[in-house]
Amino acid sequence: MNSTLPEKHILQPSGLKLRQQRTEVVIKVLLAVIAASCVLITTGVVVALVRPTIDFFGEVGITEFLFTTDWFPLYEPPDFGVWPLVVGTFTVMLIAVIIAVPGGLFVAFFLSEYASPRTKRYLKPFLEILAGVPTVVFGFFALNFIAPNVARKIWVFSDVGFYSALAAGITVGLMILPMMTTLAEDAMAAVPRSLIDGAYALGATKRETCTGVIFPAGLSGIIAAGVIAMSRAIGETTIVLLAAGSTANFTFNAGEPMQTMSSFIGFAGLGDQPTDSTGYRTIFAVGSMLFIITFGLNMLSQRIVTRFREVYE
Amino acid sequence: MVEDMNKVMNSGVSSSASPSKVIGVSVYSDNVQSAEGNTPALEMIMESQDLKVHYGSYLAVRDVNLQVHKNEITALIGPSGCGKSTILRCFNRMNDLIPTAKVSGSVIYRGIDLYGPDANAGEVRRRIGMVFQKPNPFPKSIFDNVAFGPRVNGKPSKQETEELVERSLKRAALWDEVKDRLKQSAFSLSGGQQQRLCIARALAVDPDVLLMDEPCSALDPIATGRIEDLMHEIKGEYPIVIVTHNMQQAARVSNRTAFFNTEVDADATRPTGVLVEYDSTQKIFSAPSDPRTEQYISGRMG
Repeated sequence: MNSTLPEKHILQPSGLKLRQQRTEVVIKVLLAVIAASCVLITTGVVVALVRPTIDFFGEVGITEFLFTTDWFPLYEPPDFGVWPLVVGTFTVMLIAVIIAVPGGLFVAFFLSEYASPRTKRYLKPFLEILAGVPTVVFGFFALNFIAPNVARKIWVFSDVGFYSALAAGITVGLMILPMMTTLAEDAMAAVPRSLIDGAYALGATKRETCTGVIFPAGLSGIIAAGVIAMSRAIGETTIVLLAAGSTANFTFNAGEPMQTMSSFIGFAGLGDQPTDSTGYRTIFAVGSMLFIITFGLNMLSQRIVTRFREVYE
Repeated sequence: MVEDMNKVMNSGVSSSASPSKVIGVSVYSDNVQSAEGNTPALEMIMESQDLKVHYGSYLAVRDVNLQVHKNEITALIGPSGCGKSTILRCFNRMNDLIPTAKVSGSVIYRGIDLYGPDANAGEVRRRIGMVFQKPNPFPKSIFDNVAFGPRVNGKPSKQETEELVERSLKRAALWDEVKDRLKQSAFSLSGGQQQRLCIARALAVDPDVLLMDEPCSALDPIATGRIEDLMHEIKGEYPIVIVTHNMQQAARVSNRTAFFNTEVDADATRPTGVLVEYDSTQKIFSAPSDPRTEQYISGRMG
């Protein structure tokens, strides 16, 4: 084209093509910076947690923290036994999981094998709305509806007051139900249609196909969904803060008020703790613990997913 | 053994034979006998009458009238989209699982309409087994794959199940290869072994008819040869209806052949499948009565 150009330029881009290739470089750098910021943010969170946590354990013995059962960190004299929070967290989580995991599985089975496309079209939007309800609304729903009408009626072991771990747990379960459903449904949709047809072709009913083929074939995804639901339940703050009260009871009776790790953080974070006090650092110590637990659960779910993964080819 | 090798060679090589040579060449002699010699003694097991399938408002295939006889292999051949698989899936009500599919006409099985009030879809599928295009073993052990059908169709004892699994695997000529590793995952088997496992799984519920939807399309020629041998061995107990896109295979294995083709009806925009000709395989491949069959067989169409 241009005769003044030396021969060696014939394999180099020019004009519009050259500009496009330069844009490519800019885009690549931009995307890399954004991707790198994820690493940066994660590191930042860990660092922000670790510094005050180390300071905390300089002031409070790790044995007191892990091996005593009174939690009054903001009182005088303070007690730093974390067990009431741990028990509270796992109680609420357990109740939520008992509701959300089987519930989500049943809804997913219904949607993937039983429901007609028409029913599905009407049901799905309701699940999406449920998934979009703000947690603070769920919190008041727990106080005004679940606590008096459900928790108080079903709990036969003791009286249930205004605040209870039970009402909070049930509501957290309802909140994570749509997520559990969606993830379980995705896991079931990943089961090849040919396997499902194979079961029906042997004369299996819908239930036998669900329990005999779809469930075992989708197991890795279903377990992963359960673990993610568990992490969500452990991390849920607002509902528990509103519905489970703010007393760190060391009890195994879900009918009583309890405090969880996240609701303590939410509660103490709102209070006026001076930034350079032990009470302030407590928040970070509990935060670190919560972080380790959810991180551990995520690792576990990844291990499970690889362990149970079925390769169909 | 030598004969086996011949069959294997035949299945592998004949696909490269020139189209004109295909006619009449690879039809087995025993097929000719059972199709021609025993004609009066044939017992009809299944019959479709004016069978039509719509997907939504689209008419996929129409006016199919064909019969399935005892001791025979019936092949359905034709170009892509001619509705042969759709028709096969009508024979055990697998089309029920496709929400938009609508079947009209009737399929009479031993005097009962499969789509009538006297037929339950689960029981229909147990009596009329199916083997699919791609091997589809369940993500379970070899043993549990074969035992799945018997377990959902009654509650056999442990001993009964074991006997049944052994018998079915022997029937599908797989027992010797897997008897020492029944607890291993079915995915540890090769493609051809997986397909024979799927045949064993279908036979384990003691069906009356076996439907095969392009059972060899994902297999190599040697594995294909073994499946074809197996079909010859079991056709006396289980009449087979096979869909195949491979004309040589139809010629090799079947006693009767149904040729389907596509047509664009006057009021339709998409082609609809029609049954062009149904006759003994010998006749279809040597002297078809319809010119369209002749064109397809000799490779000038489809």
